[in-house]
Amino acid sequence: MGNIKWDEFFITGDPLILGAQVSIALTMLGVLFGLTYLKKWKWIWREWITTVDHKRIGIMYIIAAILMFFRGGIDGLLMKAQTSRPEMGLLSSQHYNEIFTTHGVIMILFMAMPFLIGLMNVVIPLQIGARDVAFPQLNALSFWLFFSGAMLFNISFVIGGSPDAGWTSYFPLAGKEFSPSIANNYYAIALQIAGIGTLMTGINFIVTILKMRTKGMTLMRMPMFTWTALVTSGIIVAAFPIFTVALALMKFDRLFGTHFFTVSSGGSDMLWANLFWLWGHPEVYIVALPAFGIFSEVIATFSRKQLFGYKSMVYATVGIALLSMVVWVHHFYTMGSGPGVNSFFSLTTMLIAVPTGIKIFNWLFTMRKGRIKLSSAMLWALAFIPTFTIGGVTGVMLAMGAADFQYHNTLFLVAHFHYVLIPGVVFAVFAGLYYWWPKMFGHMLNERLGKWHFWLFNIGFNVTFMPMFFLGLNGAVRRSYTYSAESGFAPLFLLSAIGSVILAAGFAVFCYNIYWSIRYADRNISSDPWDARTLEWATASPVQHYNFAKLPEVKSFDAFWQMKKNNEGLTLKDSEIEEIHMPSNSGQPFMMCVIFGVVGFFLVFEWFIPAAIASVGIIVGLIYRSFDYNDGYHIPVEEISKTESTWRNEKGEVHKHVG
Amino acid sequence: MLKYIKLFVALFAVIPVLLLTGCETNMVVFEPQGPVARSIMELINWSLMWMLLVVVVVFAMFGFIVWKYRERKENMNYEPPEEHGNTLFEIIWTAIPILIVIALIIPTVKTLYALEEVPEGYENEEPLTVHVTAADWKWIFSYPEQGIETVNYVNIPEDRPVNFKLTSAGTMQSFWVPALAGQKYAMAKMETQLILVAENPGSYVGKNSNFNGRGYTGMEFEVLAQTQQDFNQWIADVKNTAPVLTEEKYEEMLKPTHLGRLTFKNTHLAWVNHADEDAQTYTNPELYRYNGYQGKTFEEEDNYMNENSETESGDHHHEENHDDHGNHGGDDHGQH
Repeated sequence: MGNIKWDEFFITGDPLILGAQVSIALTMLGVLFGLTYLKKWKWIWREWITTVDHKRIGIMYIIAAILMFFRGGIDGLLMKAQTSRPEMGLLSSQHYNEIFTTHGVIMILFMAMPFLIGLMNVVIPLQIGARDVAFPQLNALSFWLFFSGAMLFNISFVIGGSPDAGWTSYFPLAGKEFSPSIANNYYAIALQIAGIGTLMTGINFIVTILKMRTKGMTLMRMPMFTWTALVTSGIIVAAFPIFTVALALMKFDRLFGTHFFTVSSGGSDMLWANLFWLWGHPEVYIVALPAFGIFSEVIATFSRKQLFGYKSMVYATVGIALLSMVVWVHHFYTMGSGPGVNSFFSLTTMLIAVPTGIKIFNWLFTMRKGRIKLSSAMLWALAFIPTFTIGGVTGVMLAMGAADFQYHNTLFLVAHFHYVLIPGVVFAVFAGLYYWWPKMFGHMLNERLGKWHFWLFNIGFNVTFMPMFFLGLNGAVRRSYTYSAESGFAPLFLLSAIGSVILAAGFAVFCYNIYWSIRYADRNISSDPWDARTLEWATASPVQHYNFAKLPEVKSFDAFWQMKKNNEGLTLKDSEIEEIHMPSNSGQPFMMCVIFGVVGFFLVFEWFIPAAIASVGIIVGLIYRSFDYNDGYHIPVEEISKTESTWRNEKGEVHKHVG
Repeated sequence: MLKYIKLFVALFAVIPVLLLTGCETNMVVFEPQGPVARSIMELINWSLMWMLLVVVVVFAMFGFIVWKYRERKENMNYEPPEEHGNTLFEIIWTAIPILIVIALIIPTVKTLYALEEVPEGYENEEPLTVHVTAADWKWIFSYPEQGIETVNYVNIPEDRPVNFKLTSAGTMQSFWVPALAGQKYAMAKMETQLILVAENPGSYVGKNSNFNGRGYTGMEFEVLAQTQQDFNQWIADVKNTAPVLTEEKYEEMLKPTHLGRLTFKNTHLAWVNHADEDAQTYTNPELYRYNGYQGKTFEEEDNYMNENSETESGDHHHEENHDDHGNHGGDDHGQH
């Protein structure tokens, strides 16, 4: 450590990055000052940082995801600005490479996934009638490790240098032979730390969903979102270890000079491509399946009809999950694996269209004969169907190995996966957020602003990405920081850039909507404002920390809808209230976040001795946890009775408290 | 509410129209100049037809259902029926996509196999072999039979199959000539193969489509298809006038730079073929130090610099080259 190169430590010389550095410093000072001024330090420690409550952890995931959405979105806008005109000089090639790399990593791993995991956290225990997840403290650790990884990754562009080898980080480019700066160490180490958190989330949700369902909630009575969360958790547990191993090998190559993926001494770059996509393709379904679950809930609720073909939806979900593990080679048909291999993977990939098609038709038939209420949440679900269909059919076209020889690595591909991931994930998290917002915070998001948000975002999205299909077919490659005027690409690139501004305006309205609703929205709403169907609506909004005073009993699918219809299980008598056992808060997950962050930082800079010393902290943390016998606490009956009577006896509430 | 629906329908009605018109514009993928690219285009058109059918059916059903069952003042009392599903419907919308997949997979497999062979009708022509070596950030073409080498352009005879044998001196590239064929990766210590035929004389753009670092943009080359006569003449001219490529010059050429066109009357295959598994490794990390905090790099036994700089220690080298990295950037590609 004696020879730290301070002149290389901070990234200097670029006004954009200097601006970011200043704004980061100011924001941090602002937060510190604000917390001190408002005397909120104790509050934030007690209520948020040490919490093990799944709903609060979920909300923290969502806040982090929105911040990352902002960061990734700025990256996207910079890319669009740079390519808006031929030979544009806004960004250098190096800067552009860094930006598309961080855009991809952040949007997939630090925006889409945490956003969905956040919604899963808030909703799943409620939907299955449980009081928390199976391992609440592990859940907090999952969040804090994700946060640690995300922050470590995000400081890269101001300290040390941003990863610049693409979100796929293909070797040999990402190795020391062609990227000797430490920038790509950030990729390996930050994703490794966040990945541990994700893997633990997967395990946690499998156990939660299998073991903690309330009485009568059989597997085939579970709401669709719970099903998709279960299947997604299964994919996480199957796929993330592959990524963990790949990242570990990447670290060995970059930090210690091994030869897994190098050009020298028998390394194989194809090995990285295979390992990466063995995780990377299932990862697409890790984010898409819960999104499908959200759409299923929203479409059923706002059509006032049970989900059509529930059983086939479940089988389709499981089918997609299984197929997702056997399609990875379609990401590199052009690597020369031969027509036999390519034929096999063309077939498996195209077959994914079958269960996905089943889902689309079931959603359409859920709406048929329904009464479709065009709320903001429902608009997102509606827009999803046609736009995702475009993403889907272009996906089938790309799946055809021979045709892919012309689409591969072009903007056609980029347009395709944005048409899958934006409707398939971003529309879903917006739908979910508008839908479950009252459950989280006890007030709604403004519907009028919601519609502005929807239309701007939707139009902007189509105008941004539709032209890219045509650019790709005309020979425009991805990841190219500029193009010549003679190429003829200019008009469509400009159109696409204009679209991205509309898209950004939509996002701005969304942020304003959150602000407006927190300040002004009506707090006097029912705990079931949408007349919904599943158990999360059978308790207060915002949900009391123990979720349910009395665990509900489930007798059919769409349990809460049937409870309302048959008017049973909606009231609570004092005699039914018992003490509730809840887990205690813990500061350990946050401590682990800090320690992992420090170890990760030292490893990124290849300072091995400080890293070794700091990693002792991880071992101490594990030992400390092993001897931690805190068994939680009990909520007394009086407190529960008081909480329940307050919300249940409000005007217009379907639930009653009869003392 | 009505207003919204109308906008909605209008917005999504535009999309299939755009997709349709896609087949009629002058996009390079739809203007093939040889049998290989044409076979891919035919496959694409076949799939577009089916996909359009899917889009039309789904959009029509979507528009109809949302329109018909939307909530209105008149139907506020309407309570939707309990409906669990319908087995017959499920079978229909499972079976039809399976049939479409079958309709698509058969020509896909056929084309996949055909792309690995000399295209139909050209089996009797002896293919011209051209070795392609991708390096940061230029394309090197070696004609082993003619014994010449070119950089960033390749001349080929028309109506004769050309067998490109692809490899890379370093990073991974993708060799793509959209007007004549699809693409294949070029990877170090491996060889992939791409066969194409140009039907007409003409100049076609070829490019790298796989991101490979700072100089990736602009890593393009020209494919010039000539009559056999012109091609022979060109070979003879090169033999007479082009300079000799020496090993030193070649090593200089492999450094990360953008080069213009170069021509030589011999090939580098005489001393190295990067496709060989145990070829020497031509990596030079010191030339890539241009961003952020510099990490350590490693000595490699099979590196090409070992034999001529054995006395030089790695650390020494590191210090020396540290500051001149600016010369090798890729930002200046526009000037070439």
